[in-house]
Amino acid sequence: MTRRDPEEMTIAPDGRPLAEQPKWRRDFPIDVPQDQYVGRREFVKFLALTSFAFAAGQVWILAKSLFGVRPAFPEVEVARLSALPVGGFLQFDYPAPGEPKLLVRLGQDRFVAFDARCTHLSCPVIPQVAQGRFHCPCHQGNFDLATGRPLSGPPRRPLPQVRLEVRDGRVFATGVSERTS
Amino acid sequence: MTGRRRISRAQRMPILAGIVSIVVLITMLQLWLLTATMNAHLGADDGVAAPAAALSLICFALVLGLLRYTYRLER
Repeated sequence: MTRRDPEEMTIAPDGRPLAEQPKWRRDFPIDVPQDQYVGRREFVKFLALTSFAFAAGQVWILAKSLFGVRPAFPEVEVARLSALPVGGFLQFDYPAPGEPKLLVRLGQDRFVAFDARCTHLSCPVIPQVAQGRFHCPCHQGNFDLATGRPLSGPPRRPLPQVRLEVRDGRVFATGVSERTS
Repeated sequence: MTGRRRISRAQRMPILAGIVSIVVLITMLQLWLLTATMNAHLGADDGVAAPAAALSLICFALVLGLLRYTYRLER
């Protein structure tokens, strides 16, 4: 028989020491210090489960990056050079209808195109070529016109950039680059 | 040969408090790591996914080790 621990204040109904009690009784002690101890131990157990969930999330991201399929982008003609003056812009849908993008002609041979939705809450952004920015009127966010990077306001993520090719007097969209900085 | 000396509850409490603090810090680090990796993944930057996953698994192993130690303390 196990000797009784002198720290045990509670005596179970059957009189046996805590070590010989069933698990449910050991997990729900009556005396306060042991209850505090078990409570903290259970908190560590809960954090271990949380830690497992975070680690599983990381593995899921890794699996997705290794085996996930990146979308293939079609090559689509967006504009003719003659139809877009320097400083002009036009809106087009790419790669699918309902995904608005903005093409801006910054110079004679300089074109940029970005997603037309603010990275904060997806409000449509307005190109302000004279000020060199895209402006989001919803929460006063601003993005750099040449790079699409956030300048001020709530957006933290840059506008996704459309990859462009210019040939034969026409501008083609060939893909979209998501970016974090 | 002498047996392992049993640690009293009064001694176990500060040890457990220390373990709780370390586990909280490790879990917060994992949360930050997951947020940063998800942000990079959504931005099509998967270069950090493998090292971040390895670090997160190491953190989980550490937490498991500390949890096991809390049960060993009671023996």
